[in-house]
Amino acid sequence: MPRPLEPVSQGARVALGISFFVIFLVAWAAATLGGFVSRTFLADPITMMQDGWLLLTRFGFMADIGITIWRVVGGFILAAVIAVPIGVLMGAYKPFEAFLEPFISFARYLPASAFVPLLILWAGIGEMQKLLVIFIGSFFQIILMVAVAVGNTRRDLVEAAYTLGSTDQGVVKRVLLPANAPEIAEILRLVLGWAWTYVIVAELIGSSSGIGHMIIDSQALMATGQMIFGIIVIGVIGLISDFLFKALNRALFSWRLA
Amino acid sequence: MTNTVLDIENVSRVFPGVRGAAPVRALEPTSLTVAQNDFITVLGPSGCGKSTLLRIVAGLDYPSSGRVLLEGREIKGPGADRGMVFQSYTLFPWLTIAENIAYGLREKGVPKAQRRDIVASYIEKVGLRGFENHYPKQLSGGMQQRTAIARALANDPAILLLDEPFGALDNQTRALMQELLLGIWEREQKTVLFVTHDIEEAIFLASRVIVMTARPGRIKADIPVDLPHPRHYTMKTSPEFSSLKAQLTEEIRLEALQADGMH
Ligand SMILES: Nc1ncnc2c1ncn2[C@@H]1O[C@H](COP(=O)(O)OP(=O)(O)OP(=O)(O)O)[C@@H](O)[C@H]1O
Ligand SMILES: [Mg+2]
Repeated sequence: MPRPLEPVSQGARVALGISFFVIFLVAWAAATLGGFVSRTFLADPITMMQDGWLLLTRFGFMADIGITIWRVVGGFILAAVIAVPIGVLMGAYKPFEAFLEPFISFARYLPASAFVPLLILWAGIGEMQKLLVIFIGSFFQIILMVAVAVGNTRRDLVEAAYTLGSTDQGVVKRVLLPANAPEIAEILRLVLGWAWTYVIVAELIGSSSGIGHMIIDSQALMATGQMIFGIIVIGVIGLISDFLFKALNRALFSWRLA
Repeated sequence: MTNTVLDIENVSRVFPGVRGAAPVRALEPTSLTVAQNDFITVLGPSGCGKSTLLRIVAGLDYPSSGRVLLEGREIKGPGADRGMVFQSYTLFPWLTIAENIAYGLREKGVPKAQRRDIVASYIEKVGLRGFENHYPKQLSGGMQQRTAIARALANDPAILLLDEPFGALDNQTRALMQELLLGIWEREQKTVLFVTHDIEEAIFLASRVIVMTARPGRIKADIPVDLPHPRHYTMKTSPEFSSLKAQLTEEIRLEALQADGMH
């Protein structure tokens, strides 16, 4: 057995990570191909791949994937662009925090999915409504997490900056922001992951395109292979975007690892 | 003729008690005058208000009574005219060593070319050539504090404040850093206020040693150190040094006993 906190080599890490995927696949194949689970409820991996191939080549599933990615990224960027500055100001200026924090703490618990019917009334079933669902789901979370990160900036660094002649504005721009940039990037990575769950909910109701729409369509046809393929595609895209985000953070904030 | 740089006039500090606890009297009314080119070390037992005094001079904390004048003007807050080196490592981790040293100059709006020259000269003075583009994390504690000293000096402050800057370093490194700081002071006519609880360090560096009482802190003795300059580490074994050390050890011992309530 390894010791607690003892690191594992890069090779072993990759091998272990992959082996769980293999175990998962084998268990799934055994359950379905072995006849332990009815095909009506759960497709086997081979059927799933065939259905997926059909979706991609015949039913224009690529366009659905594209539109879903667009919605997630669009709503998320919109939320981030507004929420990050508000969060930084809240973390830096306590009266501002006292003013907004109680409301935002309340608003973050309003489930984005519960807004879907209301947003359809307000914004119809167009793209605006989808973006707004993502926006509501991400906006308040980002604000609160960024405010906490900025509020926890090392006081001694701020004091050092003041003794070096920084103004209040200088401290915000050249200490609070760079000191917390890596953490803000991590927060965005995390919230982007959550945004994926909101988009599917938005697409399950009142939508004519997107991965979520395809899944709900497939339900009507009892096409579990297609449904599972859709779910797995979301997982794979999430994994890729997470990986890209991590790589970007590493490249941008090399001082953290130095 | 001596030129007063810093005037501490009856400065006291009482911290309000938290949740009904009695207020903490950290510093009794204290007065101290620092002349141009003084190297003053403040020596006192733990918790006697040394850091509090230094932070008030830096403008990071405020006196409950009294005032501090820098070159005749009352201090209202922190500013680039007082450079500070902290006990904890406070280099900006996202900036390289050169960028850290340039920080104050950038805030002041010094043009880039001039900034580069000043940074290069301080890199040289604190012996960090070859480390300009390293990040603080890649440097040892001694190197980080050398950078912090360079960062404070690059602003050319009227007075340099140091709060146990070498407290976390091992003995050998500490001795080297003392010589380095003293060398800079001897060459460049700086004015320095240096807090420590190390008696040898206090004597070796100082032109005057201020001894503080146990909490609530007060100045108990103001002892001039007339050892010749330039000073060399071998001086620490000279008879003059030893007699000063014996005298200060006695003063401090009494205070430490009192602080512990073992009187
Ligand atoms: N912000 C604060 N609030 C309440 N009490 C404080 C605060 N800062 C310091 N004190 C108290 O004031 C007293 C003096 O603290 P100070 O840090 O100035 O001591 P010091 O001489 O620097 O000690 P050391 O050698 O351990 O650094 C201590 O008893 C401390 O507990
Ligand atoms: Mg202290």
